[in-house]
Amino acid sequence: MTSIDPADTFRQEAADLLEILEQSLLDLEKRPGDEDLVSSAFRALHTLKGSGAMFGFTAVSDFIHDFETAFDQVRKGDAPASAELIAAALQAKDHVAALIAGKAVVDPAAGARILAALATAISAPAEPVWRVSFRLPENALMLGTKPVLLLDEMRSLGPCEIVSRSEAVAPVGDIDPDYLYLAWVVEIGGPVELPAIEDVFLFIRDDMELTIARTGEPHVEEAAAGEVPAQSAEATAILRREPEPEAASVAPKDKAATLRVPAERLDELMDRVGELVIAQARLSQLAVSRHDPALVSIAEDIERLTSSLRDTTMGTRMVPIGTLFGRFRRLVHDLSQDLGKQVNLVTTGEETELDKTVIEQLADPLVHLIRNAMDHGIERGDERRASGKGETATLRLSAAHRGAEVAITIADDGAGLDTARIRAKAEASGVIAPGAVLGEADVNRLIFEAGFSTSQSVTSLSGRGVGMDVVKRTVEGLRGSIDLASEPGHGTEVTLRLPLTLAIIDGLLVRVGSGRYTIPLAAVEECIELPKNAGEMRGRSFLDVRGDLVPFMRLRDLFHADGEADVYQKVVIVSSGQIRIGLVVDQIIGNNQTVIKQLSRLHSSLKTFSGATILGDGTVALILDVMNLVGFGQKLEESRRDDVLGRAA
Amino acid sequence: MTATSKKTVMRALTIRLQDEIFALEATSVREILDPVPITKVPNAPDFVSGLINVRGTVVPLADLRVVFGMERPPTDQDTRIVVIEFDLDGDPMVAGILADKVHEVTEIDAGSMETVPAVGMRWPPAFIRSIGKRDDGFIIIPDLQRIFRNEGGFDAAAA
Repeated sequence: MTSIDPADTFRQEAADLLEILEQSLLDLEKRPGDEDLVSSAFRALHTLKGSGAMFGFTAVSDFIHDFETAFDQVRKGDAPASAELIAAALQAKDHVAALIAGKAVVDPAAGARILAALATAISAPAEPVWRVSFRLPENALMLGTKPVLLLDEMRSLGPCEIVSRSEAVAPVGDIDPDYLYLAWVVEIGGPVELPAIEDVFLFIRDDMELTIARTGEPHVEEAAAGEVPAQSAEATAILRREPEPEAASVAPKDKAATLRVPAERLDELMDRVGELVIAQARLSQLAVSRHDPALVSIAEDIERLTSSLRDTTMGTRMVPIGTLFGRFRRLVHDLSQDLGKQVNLVTTGEETELDKTVIEQLADPLVHLIRNAMDHGIERGDERRASGKGETATLRLSAAHRGAEVAITIADDGAGLDTARIRAKAEASGVIAPGAVLGEADVNRLIFEAGFSTSQSVTSLSGRGVGMDVVKRTVEGLRGSIDLASEPGHGTEVTLRLPLTLAIIDGLLVRVGSGRYTIPLAAVEECIELPKNAGEMRGRSFLDVRGDLVPFMRLRDLFHADGEADVYQKVVIVSSGQIRIGLVVDQIIGNNQTVIKQLSRLHSSLKTFSGATILGDGTVALILDVMNLVGFGQKLEESRRDDVLGRAA
Repeated sequence: MTATSKKTVMRALTIRLQDEIFALEATSVREILDPVPITKVPNAPDFVSGLINVRGTVVPLADLRVVFGMERPPTDQDTRIVVIEFDLDGDPMVAGILADKVHEVTEIDAGSMETVPAVGMRWPPAFIRSIGKRDDGFIIIPDLQRIFRNEGGFDAAAA
């Protein structure tokens, strides 16, 4: 055992805290008044300062002390969490990270500059945001009050965000057109004095519900409106309750006891479990062949234990992809400032779990895809307006399990791919021959080729033609695939489909000729018997599975299997993405736990297999790569159609 | 060292493929196995059409007889699998090599090794590093790096 450097412990802790800080700051930008976020950021800073000093990172704790002092004003409500402040705070956070990493010599002047920026952001003329919520008496319209005029008057005070509240609207049948059912919540920014707002309601105040509050303040001290009726407090309560569910999810959860374990140890554990699984398979086989009930019973116990040990071990390696998505919020935030494009990042499926190593390898490709979408895909604000879209673009990042795969989608609502330009560029740079016959989708896919860029100008972000090929290489390295969909004017959608291939999977062992193969069980939908009359019609083979036509292919043909085909052949129906396909096998042997062994480079060109495994009797069985097998089958069908002779292989 | 230490010698394992003797560098040989069940890999190049289980790891089985255009009779009591490990383009490559018979570990005098004549050979000269002479005939020293690089079928994957 090597002794643990306390500084390392601090660094790990600091990384977590900085992450919390960054997330809080980014959330704060969207909801400037949220006290929970302010205190969450403040807590992170405070802890960081304390432990920094404890572990001798004095430069860090000194810097954070000033950072904290500035931020304390936000906490007390003396300064608003303005965009400038957030930007400065994010820089400060980066500076702290650099100080802690301590790799490069950190310029003390840079720290001073950031602190100065923070100070100016704090002392910048305060821009209180007033939240005015009001409800007019129901007969207000009859009395000649015009709510529109009130709203207009408030608009004249400063930038307004007006939300009308319609909870009190009567059921359609009971609506009295003369009655006013709506209430409004208006947020007024800019330097506005309280009396100015009160003046708006000067003549009608007596009968109405009115609450005026500075958002982000503890409570409604300024809630003027002399004779505020009792209901007003209730209305305020409703208003204040609204943002809470969201805030609650951001607040740091009470963490159950967690333990930091070096990743190598988990890898080691996984290897051991893999060996155990193989040994267990041998034991089971032996027990069955001995016909000894006592031995069989023990073997079954061991099998159950191994299986649950395997699941637990793999579970320790699974990380929700949200940890990765979190990083991209900062990226999108920074990029949208650099590029001057307003982009709203929407993430879904953060809870989708993936193997840690896969997540780590995905970081780079996703960064490239996001950069590409923001730089090339999403148009500038004026262009968006011209094409009738909202100025703020939306970038969707989602993850979901689909059978044996995880699909990660990056979708923008930008201009879509310019197929003609991609083609011209590809021809010019010699990626394809001039005039080559390619479908639109095939042309679009060329953006993933090495050395390819259609950007007319090279920006700091993209356009150098490196990046997208990294995406392709990494995803293929993980034995995944990329789907690309683009609609001119409506955006581009890139889907990375990654197999859930971990070290061990559940497999379905089948026999084809004399060879045995394993099909990942997660991809298997069902097994049926191949109907006698399932002949190939005009070179196309389809099965009728409860009314659905499912194409099938004979693995015997695909693998040039020897020997006679079994009389009763079985079909294993597997799915990959949207496609279902039947694989005809001679025999279904059964379920087995499959320890995946990578194939050597000699066989890496065989896309039909994702690896190999060792069976209980010590022989090697290949693992079918369902995703690629489907593609291989499609090609085979095509070539067979072209082949007039159509001899059976 | 022997008296020949002033000369360079190559310690090698000699194996027989059909009627020719081949030498594999002894330092690259990991173990010699009796024939084990071979799993055929459909659609793989003939040269590496099988996989074997070597103590829990899956290892490709290479048949040099394919490269040298020899006949390939089924395994008999002399057949062995030589597991070798060598450096291929910076990465270690572990593979089994099918041998019709394994002879011995011997020393081949570097002085007796000759480069390959471009003509008069029935096998591709590119795959032979050199030919050594011994009292009873020639020993072929194959260029494993080049053979695996060209015949392995992973060039296509890299492209």
